Amino acid sequence: MIRFIVKRVVLIIPILIGLTVIMFVISRMLPGDPVGLAAGPNATAAEIAAYAREFGLDRPLWVQYWDYATGLLRGDFGVSIFTRREVAQDLATYLPATLELVFAALALAIVLGIPAGLLAAVYRNRWPDYLSSVSAIAAISMPRFFLGLLLQLFFAMWLMWLPLGGRFPIIWEPPTGITGFYTIDALLTGDFEGFAMACRHLALPAIAMSLSPLATIMRMMRASTLEVMQQDYVTTARALGLSQRLIIFKYVARNAISATLTVIGLYFGWMLGGTVLVETVFDWPGLGLYATQAIVAQDFMPVVSVAFVIGLLFVTANIVIDVLYGVINPKVRYE
Amino acid sequence: MTSPLLEIRNLHLSMTSFEGSAHVLAGIDLTVNRREIWGLVGETGCGKSLTGLSVSRLVPSPPAQYLDGAICLDGTDVLALSDREMQALRGKRIGMIFQDPTTNLNPAFRIGTQLIDVALAAAVRDPAVLDLGPKAGRGERHRAARALAIRMLEEVGIPNAAARVDDYPHQFSGGMRQRVLIAMALIGRPNLLIADEPTTALDVSVQAQILKLLKQMVVDHDMGVVLITHNLGVVAQTCSHVAVMYAGTIVESGPVRAVLDRPTHPYTKALLDAIPARNVQRGALRGLPGSVPNLITPPPGCRFAQRCPLAQPSCTQKPPHKVAVEAGHMVACPVATQALENANA
Repeated sequence: MIRFIVKRVVLIIPILIGLTVIMFVISRMLPGDPVGLAAGPNATAAEIAAYAREFGLDRPLWVQYWDYATGLLRGDFGVSIFTRREVAQDLATYLPATLELVFAALALAIVLGIPAGLLAAVYRNRWPDYLSSVSAIAAISMPRFFLGLLLQLFFAMWLMWLPLGGRFPIIWEPPTGITGFYTIDALLTGDFEGFAMACRHLALPAIAMSLSPLATIMRMMRASTLEVMQQDYVTTARALGLSQRLIIFKYVARNAISATLTVIGLYFGWMLGGTVLVETVFDWPGLGLYATQAIVAQDFMPVVSVAFVIGLLFVTANIVIDVLYGVINPKVRYE
Repeated sequence: MTSPLLEIRNLHLSMTSFEGSAHVLAGIDLTVNRREIWGLVGETGCGKSLTGLSVSRLVPSPPAQYLDGAICLDGTDVLALSDREMQALRGKRIGMIFQDPTTNLNPAFRIGTQLIDVALAAAVRDPAVLDLGPKAGRGERHRAARALAIRMLEEVGIPNAAARVDDYPHQFSGGMRQRVLIAMALIGRPNLLIADEPTTALDVSVQAQILKLLKQMVVDHDMGVVLITHNLGVVAQTCSHVAVMYAGTIVESGPVRAVLDRPTHPYTKALLDAIPARNVQRGALRGLPGSVPNLITPPPGCRFAQRCPLAQPSCTQKPPHKVAVEAGHMVACPVATQALENANA
């Protein structure tokens, strides 16, 4: 098991090198003049050249890449030529916001999707199954931003239960940074009012993010549960007098979850890269918004660094999933 | 006299399919007493597994529909029980073993977990299974179930059972897994064991070990067994009685030596003739011409008549009666029994 994890972690290195090289080259080869854009509309050619020299952009590309790559090892993600800020600082601000949103949405999708899928399979072709199928199709077909707008309309505008957007009231002091997750930080410091406030802000964007993975997880879980229920060992369990509840929730569930795990891992990556629409609608100060602004400004350092961070998280998530496979199914446990 | 352990009376079962309703069991009669091992033989699709599954009511309904008859376990008709009452009998009164030991254990759980759950489920109905009073606590029951699981594994011949109880199914060989499944089927102390081709997926030497174990268990646990198989060798080796099935009917039944040594029904004779012997020449295997009738439109009368060398016009008129040709040896063929009578006269 340990050897398996070490092997997988070592394999991350070439993936990340490949990812950064590609991102580095592409971001520089895009048409346009990022330095000119950053230097301002009235800058002369000499001023632009000086600006480029200041950031070391006059050097050959491979030297710049080496500089950047060795910087990454020290936790230095480069400097934005647009804002002149350290990218690492920006990431420390925006990444926890996005992760908090993604984890909340994923948790919601798993906690609701897995039991719903199990029940849909158990009550196949009865009303719980029909209800969940129809809701799943609706949830998958609805664009996230549109769903976000609907949620705002109902819960923020009409019912006025929840805030329209943002991560925390502007006039309040946000919880002191320990993890960067407002909900967890508030709990850790015993600030329950702050925790409630963070949850209220988190609720709508997390729901908007979660519906599509929720529907997919549920459908996957339904399909694999139906398959597992056909297995001989389920008949044997029934023939030897185990109750239906024990068979479904203990014996069938564990076998059925393996297939669903893959989907969960893939959705984690998809959500990390796809937060921008939800972040825009809910004014959530996250990585998606940050990356979009950087792309529009052709501000390459943040773009490459965001890609690097998302790539790293995605690969890590998939290692975690592979390890979980072994935990759930001893047959695929790694020697 | 007390009622027999298992008594199946005139069981009729139909299965609905897209093409229509098939009359797959047409009047099954079978009586099994304690310490008897009944072999249920016949070709694929003759209804032997369905008969076995029906005793535990494990045939999904729909498509199955019981048209007539009764399946009495110690005098109680299981077909009349509620689902909850039926579940209480499974594992506790009726144990089952199936064909493929590689797919009948849950791969994601330790065998101990699976054995313990069956024992605990049986103990809900009968606390004596765990040798505990009815007021024993959760932890106490779990410990007792675990101890019982280890004892059962030892009993079925798993070496080093106390350590292996925490292994997963894939860490056992096929024969060992079938032993585990036998332990699981017997842990609730059932009186009746239905074994549906328990050795078909195993190689011959392991097959002999498992059959020997089954015979031992019948004596140790004072059980009755229905052994479903298509292997007459297994029947001769293991069973005390045999019932030969053809197309949803029992054509001949009785003590194993009587049926195998003095087969009377033409189908039983054909089955025995089809077994290759060592002195049979290459290419000389004998089969039975024709094929099994379509059970959606079964022939009236005897279901074997189309393929029967003895068939008379009267055979297709009405289903044949069962006649005793000697003590307990029943044959459902008026032509063959008549011929036997004439020969004896």
